[in-house]
Amino acid sequence: MNGIPMEHGLMLAAILFTLGLAGLMLRRSMLFVLMSLEIMLNATGLAFIVGSTAWNQPDGQAMFLLVITLAAAEASVGLALMIQLYQRFHSLKLDNVSRMRG
Amino acid sequence: MELAFYLSGLVAVLATVGVITGTSPVHSVVYLIVSLIAVALVFFALGAPFAGALEIIIYAGAIMVLFVFVVMMLNLRADEERSPLWRQPIYWVGPSLLALALLAALVALIASGGVEKAIDGELITARGIGLTLFGPWLMVVELSALLLLAALVTASHVGRRNDPGHSPASRHAPDRGDTP
Repeated sequence: MNGIPMEHGLMLAAILFTLGLAGLMLRRSMLFVLMSLEIMLNATGLAFIVGSTAWNQPDGQAMFLLVITLAAAEASVGLALMIQLYQRFHSLKLDNVSRMRG
Repeated sequence: MELAFYLSGLVAVLATVGVITGTSPVHSVVYLIVSLIAVALVFFALGAPFAGALEIIIYAGAIMVLFVFVVMMLNLRADEERSPLWRQPIYWVGPSLLALALLAALVALIASGGVEKAIDGELITARGIGLTLFGPWLMVVELSALLLLAALVTASHVGRRNDPGHSPASRHAPDRGDTP
């Protein structure tokens, strides 16, 4: 058994990141935009973990902890904004907010 | 180990496709939970059990439960964004081509990197991560504490419930302290 090549782990992270980016461009509902951001952050964390285990260094996993912290902060603020959006417009479509000026 | 890695990676990709193509919000959230658990299995297969446990506890356990709570609280319907123009190819061909171009560039870069590293599943324990975090990375831990505090204040200020009796036009009345 000679292990998993590092490129395969990085390619999995790249595929997940690209799927998240496609979802971010495709969907107009704020819930799906937030979920796509979570997918992209998760793919970034996967890339950190792959690098950490390929070099047998714990720094990548410490960085993954920080990525998780950032994702939690982003999700809480984003969901609070989403609740405000739904209370004011009774919809989650982000196109409704595009007429906001100043 | 290889079988677990490739199998759970395939599950993660398929569940993520289910997330971005779904129409029901609850189904998409559950697909995202499946995707996160599959990524946690990838972490276990790579030899990072602490990161896998954190992925399940924090991501799938805390963040996604927050998503589920908000979806339940807002009482979203399945056809919230099923507008007829979203199904037309002109709306999804462009973003998909852009994303595919980015993926091709990333894969070409990774394949031509020539790192020649193999992951043999050697465990990195929580002890090593803790020594790294609270040794040379201590300032970063303090900064992340500041970030979490700022997120807490922002979420509790932005996410407070408005008075339902007020119309949106009269919301600029003095509302500094009228949260019930």
